[in-house]
Amino acid sequence: MNHLPGWVRRHVAALRALLVLTVVTGVVYPLAATGAAQALFHEKANGSRVQKDGKTVGSALIGQSFTDEDGNPVRKYFQSRPSAAGDGYDPTSTSASNLGPEDVVDTLPVPGAKDGEGNPDEGRRSLLTQVCARSKAVGELEGVSGARPYCTPDGVGAVLKVFPAVGAPARAVSVNQACPAVPFTATYRGVKVECAMPGEDYGAGRTVPVRGNATRPAVPADAVTASGSGLDPHISVAYARLQAPRVARERGLPLARVTALVEAHTTGRSLGFMGEPAVNVLELNLALDQS
Amino acid sequence: MGSAAAGALFAGSLIVALALAYRPLGDYMHRVYTSPRHTRVERAIYRLAGISPDAEQRWGAYARAVLAFSALSILFLYGLQRLQDRLPLSLGMRPVEPALAWNTAVSFVTNTNWQAYSGESTMGHLVQTGGLAVQNFVSAAVGMAVAIALVRGFARRKAETLGNFWVDLVRGTLRVLLPIAFAAAILLVAGGAIQTFAEHGTWTTLTGGEQAFTPAAAASQEAIKDLGTNGGGVFNVNSAHPFENPTAWTNWIEIFLLTVIAFALPRTFGRMVGDDRQGYAIVAVMATIFTASLVLTNWAELSAGGTVPQAIGAAMEGRETRFGVSNSAVFASATTLTSTGAVDSFHDSYTALGGGMLIFNMLLGEVAPGGVGAGLYGMLVLAVITVFAAGLMVGRTPEYLGKRVGPREIKLASLYFLVTPVLVLTGTALAMATETGRGAMLNGGPHGFSEILYAYASASNNNGSAFAGVSVNTPFHNTTLGLCMALGRFLPIVLVLALAGSLVRQAPAPVTAGTLPTHRPQFAAMVAGVTLVLVALTYLPALALGPLAEGIR
Repeated sequence: MNHLPGWVRRHVAALRALLVLTVVTGVVYPLAATGAAQALFHEKANGSRVQKDGKTVGSALIGQSFTDEDGNPVRKYFQSRPSAAGDGYDPTSTSASNLGPEDVVDTLPVPGAKDGEGNPDEGRRSLLTQVCARSKAVGELEGVSGARPYCTPDGVGAVLKVFPAVGAPARAVSVNQACPAVPFTATYRGVKVECAMPGEDYGAGRTVPVRGNATRPAVPADAVTASGSGLDPHISVAYARLQAPRVARERGLPLARVTALVEAHTTGRSLGFMGEPAVNVLELNLALDQS
Repeated sequence: MGSAAAGALFAGSLIVALALAYRPLGDYMHRVYTSPRHTRVERAIYRLAGISPDAEQRWGAYARAVLAFSALSILFLYGLQRLQDRLPLSLGMRPVEPALAWNTAVSFVTNTNWQAYSGESTMGHLVQTGGLAVQNFVSAAVGMAVAIALVRGFARRKAETLGNFWVDLVRGTLRVLLPIAFAAAILLVAGGAIQTFAEHGTWTTLTGGEQAFTPAAAASQEAIKDLGTNGGGVFNVNSAHPFENPTAWTNWIEIFLLTVIAFALPRTFGRMVGDDRQGYAIVAVMATIFTASLVLTNWAELSAGGTVPQAIGAAMEGRETRFGVSNSAVFASATTLTSTGAVDSFHDSYTALGGGMLIFNMLLGEVAPGGVGAGLYGMLVLAVITVFAAGLMVGRTPEYLGKRVGPREIKLASLYFLVTPVLVLTGTALAMATETGRGAMLNGGPHGFSEILYAYASASNNNGSAFAGVSVNTPFHNTTLGLCMALGRFLPIVLVLALAGSLVRQAPAPVTAGTLPTHRPQFAAMVAGVTLVLVALTYLPALALGPLAEGIR
């Protein structure tokens, strides 16, 4: 090999080093870790599966949708958080929504229009409208108020586009409320507020979210937001408590019994200070089915 | 206990644990890189690879070895992805598209681990463990080797050589990364992370639906992706995935892993230059910036500024229930202050100022504590610039650790600093100026600009995290971001090694009454000041267009 030029020898040495290190870190290391993991923590290494009547029904770590085929909540089950993973809790396409804190203006669907694939135009719902719509739906399901700051009573983002963008307003449109909806507020600084015409471009206006007078929402934060993984197996203790009366009613169980099960499936903070207390939804529902 | 108090304890306990690890781990790494003895396994590796471990290299030879090894790594990883359908353990995945395969190969070899793809639906077991995870080890070991070579430049007197790259590479991998990663992997499995080479499966859910089981060697890869400040997860949602990061305490472990080596390396530096106090000064700068960033990010997130967080009542979009807002913010800070880029929550949905803080962390050049190795050499270059600035003020030839900072040294240090701003700002400008470039934005307005700025900041600084709404799996972005990653990694490395080469030749100047002491709080404060001022001056206009425009009312 010594008759080869220096740069060739250097690259041959690099290749040999890479291959040897690939064997050490890419074959020996993962196999040794797998061997040890499977021997020491067999169940966990294989996905912490939970069973019902001897059949695997899921993983304690992976959330599930408790909805029917049309996506409506199955009322006897505690509901998970909203999910951006595929059609919801799809482990093959895990995702967050990635929508930002000022994503507040919808693109309203134009009636009769088709998208690129020939399906009816669905528009695009902003994160704010998604939050408002979820809050309204959860409120209705649980029999509490779904009102939140920056949300209209009909469950979209309370956002105005004001024209001109600078100076005294001459025109104001409630951009997320398609006509013939009644705008959430009649006037903005003396100007009559219009409903929005789907398809019209309001991009030139100034965006003015309107806070409204809703105070502490009855529907908790985790109930109206998608998680990071889209597979969050937990809900907050507050969201579980909100759902308990409905589940008890649907199942004909005393509320105390359901609340006790919620308690039993609540994990506190690790070591008392890490993370947040959380309720495992699948395990809780499974316990309800088996009680 | 309230959420804020628990969050403060979480961050505080991490800082205490890192402080406790500083001496033992730093001393251990000092022994690893200075011991004259090779272990039996290492000798076998050197024989198989045809390397003579006792041959010392000048800076040029050291740099050529780094570049040869990295070039071969890129080719190998590219080939592995392109041919995965013909190799075993592919889980039925198709070959990865050329532009994406190039981007991913560069990304993992440069310790960036930018992921323009979704792991669970693109890569089989072989590419994940035999390709990507291998680079998680060796790219980290390369960073540490370069840092050690620079330290030798300060420590050796009137010498020519900086050590042997192959020995530094193998020792870093075998003696530092492998044992810690192995122990951490088992710990993560104990928490619930999966570790299996099984095939895909499905189960029927409680309501009768089908749900897939996505098997992976997740724990072994998670451990090294954090420890080596890599960040490339087996799953699309990275460390937010319950199979990678199942509990609040595994979350703590993962943050610890991604900061522990970078925080302990200043100790190794202090030991090698024969003055522990020099290490304390450097780690003090790192710890100060680190703590300030944790506090500011937490403040921004817990105060939930912005329309949507106010409507929600808490910045919970893109956060996992088990972690909550505060611990997610700690992870986000740590991952952007190191070159990790792993995420346990989604930065795109952070408040404007919280997300802006994360961009700022990366723009600092990732020096507090920074990537393994890269953080230390970045901070030492900033220290060189600081002594130069201080020397100008008092009209004296600047010296650092007895080595004169002459024209050649300061040119190399300045060039080092200029590389990333040029890449970040040119890349962002190019993307904003073209239709395809802008097309990647998910959000509109200033937030869309932040997505693009974040992407080029992340690639050029070899971080790898993203405002993940950005759609960068296009030929334009795969190519330009790939170039940013490659140039952002290897230009600084060559400049650092050249600097080391010119330092190592000098005989140290004697300490006199006029020597600037570089172990006192005053010097640490000056380094921190220089870091912040340089970055602020460079990037303020860009930050004003994105996060500041969005967050300040």
